[in-house]
Amino acid sequence: MSLPDLAPLWLTLKLAAVTTLALLLIGTPLAWALARGRGRWKPVVEAVTALPLVLPPTVLGFYLLVFLSPNAPLGAAWRDVTGQSLTFTFTGLVVASCLYSLPFMVQPLQAGFEALGRAPLEAAATLRAGPWDAFFSVVVPQSARAYLTAIVLSFAHTIGEFGVVLMVGGNIPGQTKVISIAIYEHVETINYAEAHLLSAGMLVFSFLILLVVYSVNRRFPVHVG
Amino acid sequence: MTESLPSSIRPILRALGVAAVALALGGLPAAAKERVLAAVAANFAEAMAEIEPLFEDAHPEADLVVTTGSTGKLYAQIKSAAPFDLLLAADQARPARLEEEGDAVPGARFTYAVGRLTLWSPDPARIRGDGIAAMTDPETHFIAIANPDLAPYGAAAEQALAALGIADQVRGKLVMGQNIGQTFSMVATGNAEMGLVALSAALSPRNAASGSRWDVPRSAYEPIRQDAALLNGDNAAARAFLDFLKSDEARAVIARFGYGVE
Repeated sequence: MSLPDLAPLWLTLKLAAVTTLALLLIGTPLAWALARGRGRWKPVVEAVTALPLVLPPTVLGFYLLVFLSPNAPLGAAWRDVTGQSLTFTFTGLVVASCLYSLPFMVQPLQAGFEALGRAPLEAAATLRAGPWDAFFSVVVPQSARAYLTAIVLSFAHTIGEFGVVLMVGGNIPGQTKVISIAIYEHVETINYAEAHLLSAGMLVFSFLILLVVYSVNRRFPVHVG
Repeated sequence: MTESLPSSIRPILRALGVAAVALALGGLPAAAKERVLAAVAANFAEAMAEIEPLFEDAHPEADLVVTTGSTGKLYAQIKSAAPFDLLLAADQARPARLEEEGDAVPGARFTYAVGRLTLWSPDPARIRGDGIAAMTDPETHFIAIANPDLAPYGAAAEQALAALGIADQVRGKLVMGQNIGQTFSMVATGNAEMGLVALSAALSPRNAASGSRWDVPRSAYEPIRQDAALLNGDNAAARAFLDFLKSDEARAVIARFGYGVE
């Protein structure tokens, strides 16, 4: 038995890492606005953010296929600017994964920010900390546990992605052929040995990540306030 | 628990309850029809949709239920004891293998259609005459094919690209669908400019955008002989369907979708 091709594994880890990073940048202000906001827009934005939890990946995949297509305005604009396509590319998978994993970043952060309350920021303001300074030196450290949860869940959820990638990826080795697709293909071509190896690897890897997170969370609890 | 709900929600819950009961009752069979669960290769789905009502008109005692997928997936499902009564494969290998392995009724295999490969684009101006020029055109970013490991049309596409002498030239443009149906959707939505798909899909009346196409020369790939296999010999309706597939009525539909019939 030969060793399975590990390229899909590295690609999956890269996709999860890039997606998590992008989601940190998108999710932080969004979660902050949701935690602090009281307007009528809030339930609407919350509902939209939670949609990927409810929708089958095929719905997301189908609409991404339609709206990212070079025939659609968004896909066309992207191709004009970058010369690249959004579907069948790594960039497209990052866009898809950000949508797919958005609630896993936003919801824990929002909960963390809400638990924080206004007092720490008001204290920081009396000490003449600017809003950015206050955010990074007060909010972020005190929300460490929320950030850890959000990062791990987003990363893990992206690794577990399948349906969306299947539909917008195009199964290109090194570009869009992630590990879940590789496993699916091995099963369909009756390569059960390789499917077992990759699946067992995923299982152990995912378990270890979660184990580390929960252990860290237990041993170094972050005290708020 | 309903006590704590706002009164405006209660009628909605009641309506949902009624709907659930209605659905449950509607799901019961009206009469004891013999059910045929047919596993159908994705490329034949369109033709099957037309053959199904013809068969059910001719055989009111039968209830045909169709599942589509790549032949590879259907084969794997049959090996995992999926309750299919018959298989319409996209190749000869899988039905033969099922027969050897004791999962198909011996002697019931036959070729119901010979598939053809076409280069298709929803853009009427994209493929002008020569498909080779269209595929190697730098303006063509993506060419969709079915995964050669999973779908016989994918294997045929790979053979054709090699036979046409452009395999190396277009390798970087190839994107793969898991079956010929998904491959077609990549092209139909415009994400790939063109694709090597089943002629049946390009000719389907459901395919509103007729676009442009170039039928790949038959000499460029092995004929895609698609065999049927009977998986459950005890199901009389399944036997009846396979017989119906050989009738002139069914063969006319199959031919209209661009397949060869023998």
